[in-house]
Amino acid sequence: MSDTAIAVSHLDATRGTFHLRDVSFELPSGFVMGFVGPNGAGKTTTIRCLLGMLAADAGELEVLGRRLPAAADLRQDIGVVLDHAYLVGEWRLSEVERALRPFYLRWDAAQYARLLDGFHLDRATRVKELSRGQSMKLMIAVALSHHARLLILDEPTSGLDPVARDELVGILGDFLTDDDHSVLFSTHITTDLERIADYVAVIDDGRIVASSTKDELLDSFRLIRGGPEDLADPTGLMGLRRTESGVEALARTVDLSRLDGDLLVEVPTLDQIVVKIGARS
Amino acid sequence: MRVVISNSAGLPLYEQIKDQIKAAILSGELAEGDALPSVRVLARDLRISVITTTRAYADLAQEGFVASVPGKGAFVLAVDSMLVREQLLRDVEDGLGRALHAAHLAGLGRDDVVLMLDTLLAQDAPPTPSIEEGHLQ
Repeated sequence: MSDTAIAVSHLDATRGTFHLRDVSFELPSGFVMGFVGPNGAGKTTTIRCLLGMLAADAGELEVLGRRLPAAADLRQDIGVVLDHAYLVGEWRLSEVERALRPFYLRWDAAQYARLLDGFHLDRATRVKELSRGQSMKLMIAVALSHHARLLILDEPTSGLDPVARDELVGILGDFLTDDDHSVLFSTHITTDLERIADYVAVIDDGRIVASSTKDELLDSFRLIRGGPEDLADPTGLMGLRRTESGVEALARTVDLSRLDGDLLVEVPTLDQIVVKIGARS
Repeated sequence: MRVVISNSAGLPLYEQIKDQIKAAILSGELAEGDALPSVRVLARDLRISVITTTRAYADLAQEGFVASVPGKGAFVLAVDSMLVREQLLRDVEDGLGRALHAAHLAGLGRDDVVLMLDTLLAQDAPPTPSIEEGHLQ
């Protein structure tokens, strides 16, 4: 058993014209990490590197204690949900099982049946007939049906309605009752998964902005608001928005002391941090 | 065991959990030797992070309400342990301190405060006999 589920250090990677630069973060075994950032920040590119779908230009990746690139059997231990469907449209859901089962040594047919029922997915349906939310649920069912120790979920909640998002939170909670199980999920904006995340890595423009426990992260940023003349010096401020009636920005908590003016200082939500960091002036 | 957490209580989640388990122990709902749900099961049931429940249990252990046995879980300790008594005395002192501060702001004198306290004591028998009266004087 390894102590870290995922360790990424100084990863550089290229996908088209997009570059990941010096990406480092660590997810200890047994915990959930939310991987957050605006669209196009590098979440999916990082995940593709973790899954061996994209080669790193530089840096090191370790998954479940094994250096990448690793032998194919590492796949047994990882459940994956990608932001696009990878299953053949003509397959019925029963055929999905028949097609995937041979690849997994520990395929659990009963678990797959249970999850399909829980998601109200009919085995006779074809993959191409599924709505976006339903195909997401199908991928989640597959990811959870081969006794993986690590789940890597790319935007698992996009396309899910609030009821299904809530179900997903419950399913992840069940998965995590085993202290050898870990989850990395990427998301752009989410409140439902905010509560269950132990760790959070924030990425923007191909670089990690912050990576720590969720509480430390929330502690290290403050949302500040003031009148229209406040915050004249924008150095170090993120997502500065000035209107005729006031100004709003995100600051690092350590920088607060050098800001003057009669400012309202609040602890931001995770969403607010992502929005402010991603806001281009 | 009943734990109800609020998103709008203004108190951190781990403190809400800690306070409620503490209350359950002090009221006798949880007895000495009772096992608490594991941090992971509690996290799942409350739909919060494992770090949060771990923190709540660590605080409870530090305050002497539970003992953590590695690999086994957390168990309720006897309520009359010295640590718990100290903790309760601190709670009483804190509460009285806040009351005195409010009394000061309201311009109440010693006699008013004593009268109020007597009235309250007369109305309200203590919920648990965990502290002998003698200790409070």
